[in-house]
Amino acid sequence: MALPKYTETRYRVWHYFYITICSCVFFFLIAPLFVIFPLSFNAEEFLSFSEGMKNLDPDAFSLRWYKDMIYGTKNPWGLAAKNSFIIAIFATLGSVLLGTVAALGLSSRHMPFKGLIMATLISPMIVPLIISGVAIFFFMAKAGLAATHTGIVLAHIILGTPFVVITVTATLSGFDHSVTRAASSLGSDPVNTFMKITLPLILPGVISGGLFAFVTSFDEVVVVLFLAGLENTTIPIQMWTGLREQLSPTILAVATCLIILSTLILVTAELLRRRSERLRGINR
Amino acid sequence: MSAETKQILTTDGIPLEVSLKKAERKNKIKAFLLVAPLLLFLLITYIFPIGDMLMRSVDDKMVTQMLPKTFKSMETWDGKELPPEEVFEAFYLDYKKLIEDKTFGKLSTQLNYTKNGFKSILKKLQRKMKKFEEGNYKEQITAVHPRWENVEYWRAIKRRAPAYTSAKYLKGMDMYINEEGKIVNVEEDRRVHRILWLRTLEVAFFVTLLCFLMAYPIAHLLATLPMKYSNLLMICVLLPFWTSLLVRTASWMILLQQQGVVNDFFVMTGLVPDDARPEMMYNKTGTYVAMTQILLPFMVLPLYSVMKTISPSLMRAGKSLGGTPFIAFWKVYFPLTIPGIGAGCLLVFILAIGYYITPALVGGASGTLISNQIAFHMKSTLDWSFASAMGLMLLTGVLAIYWVYNKLVGVDNIKLG
Repeated sequence: MALPKYTETRYRVWHYFYITICSCVFFFLIAPLFVIFPLSFNAEEFLSFSEGMKNLDPDAFSLRWYKDMIYGTKNPWGLAAKNSFIIAIFATLGSVLLGTVAALGLSSRHMPFKGLIMATLISPMIVPLIISGVAIFFFMAKAGLAATHTGIVLAHIILGTPFVVITVTATLSGFDHSVTRAASSLGSDPVNTFMKITLPLILPGVISGGLFAFVTSFDEVVVVLFLAGLENTTIPIQMWTGLREQLSPTILAVATCLIILSTLILVTAELLRRRSERLRGINR
Repeated sequence: MSAETKQILTTDGIPLEVSLKKAERKNKIKAFLLVAPLLLFLLITYIFPIGDMLMRSVDDKMVTQMLPKTFKSMETWDGKELPPEEVFEAFYLDYKKLIEDKTFGKLSTQLNYTKNGFKSILKKLQRKMKKFEEGNYKEQITAVHPRWENVEYWRAIKRRAPAYTSAKYLKGMDMYINEEGKIVNVEEDRRVHRILWLRTLEVAFFVTLLCFLMAYPIAHLLATLPMKYSNLLMICVLLPFWTSLLVRTASWMILLQQQGVVNDFFVMTGLVPDDARPEMMYNKTGTYVAMTQILLPFMVLPLYSVMKTISPSLMRAGKSLGGTPFIAFWKVYFPLTIPGIGAGCLLVFILAIGYYITPALVGGASGTLISNQIAFHMKSTLDWSFASAMGLMLLTGVLAIYWVYNKLVGVDNIKLG
């Protein structure tokens, strides 16, 4: 941001001060993530930079923690990753299905008690996670679903649907309902209209809601801590135990993989957001 | 003209008004049916269990069911002197039944909560009762231990008669009902929960404030920079937002530990000597730093989306009308961003007040919050009714904040990026 030539000195000083503050905040936000990368290649068993690493000695770096993550004996990461993906995928499918259908109903202007129902549907997002965890645990224990995959998937559907409901209703708010009426007047039945007309138009919203649901499930630890047994361990649970008990650099290798995954999700979400804005005709 | 002839009829001969109403109702049902599956699912798996928490938190049926005869006979007892013979007899019969069912241990635990000293005298009574003769139970029971002659113990039993209790809520606020039935504070050195509530509020407040102070300038920068640059900088906000909470907490644990990068940096620049590295983790400092960084994106995003809609020409107009940049900012720009500030602060405050993972990992003993206490009672002491009571107290607080916010700003302004 270049300043005009006539700017007074005190505003010039203020401006550079402002830029400095902003840079510091950006640094504060992003820098912690980048500490993990180099340390995950540490050849030693410590979680701080060794002398060798500071001098960029090639021997101080190794892939041993990545090997440990994949091949390590007694290492729970394989099972955890499998469980995490299975649970997240089913939870996402469930959330997207229930959430999208509900959002369609909610966006109808005929919907009775809209405010109350909307508040109920997004309540899992507002209620602190620890309380959700306790409540869901009571239900699952009664239903005999504690320490099962099904129980965790259901719990994550509860936590994921608010995101889908919000993103899809937001997409539908800019939706031109005359196109569906046009389809109906041309003889299409409601299901066909939905599949051929509505769904393609709201798809970006559905997918970004699904991404939110996926990340929520994949990253969720509070509720799973209450529900999971040994068989249902997930990546967040493994990380939680690891961080509490023995901080081994294997965790950093896992963390690096997770950062790469979240970068991929970020890129997808950004691309979708832009496409959705283009489709809805919002050009800035 | 009469009213009937004015009515417009559809082709089927039905009045238009009726036909429209019918269509309207059909649409209503259709919309509702679409919402119904999710609504039903959430009601069963989520809303009712929260109601279940409420029931558990006030439920005190256990003792009521264990001593049914005793409580019935106690109804007429005024509690001033030792109860009459019938009460002793009823108590003897109830307790005998519990010994036969092998559930008398639960009773002694429960009564010991109400008054210390029950455990030993109940145990003694259980041993001596085998030799009891029929009739005159008052004499036989009081002979077992002098405490059975103390009317306070009988009053303590009577206090457990109601099927519902507020004891767990009072315990959550470090209060209890004393022998005279009055609500009093527990001794000063045993008030743990009040400290936790205050600390939770304090941490949530300061984290919100810190987030606001840091987020405002960068949201402003992101909103005013040309798209090309702001999109790049936006990654700095969005990448942490999408990254696992545990990964971010892990990175703070690495940074803040005594041999960590931050301390290394302090030593290198000579701020602190090598042998006196400050403790930055496992205390409140750690909780503050990590929570602020983790919750910052939740403040930046609502602020950014509001600031993006403010036209830059407004500031220019303010300046051209004679305001200095600061006055123009304060009088024109800042008031326009208030909805964003409200949404961001609400989001961060509510998230912070219920935070669990980060305080548990970097908080240590002095940095844990009320959520940690709830989890502790759920998993370690298994006092689920107390955990439920504290959870509901927290929930009430959150809903109150939400309600106030809705009155002031309106909830509809919340959006996700």
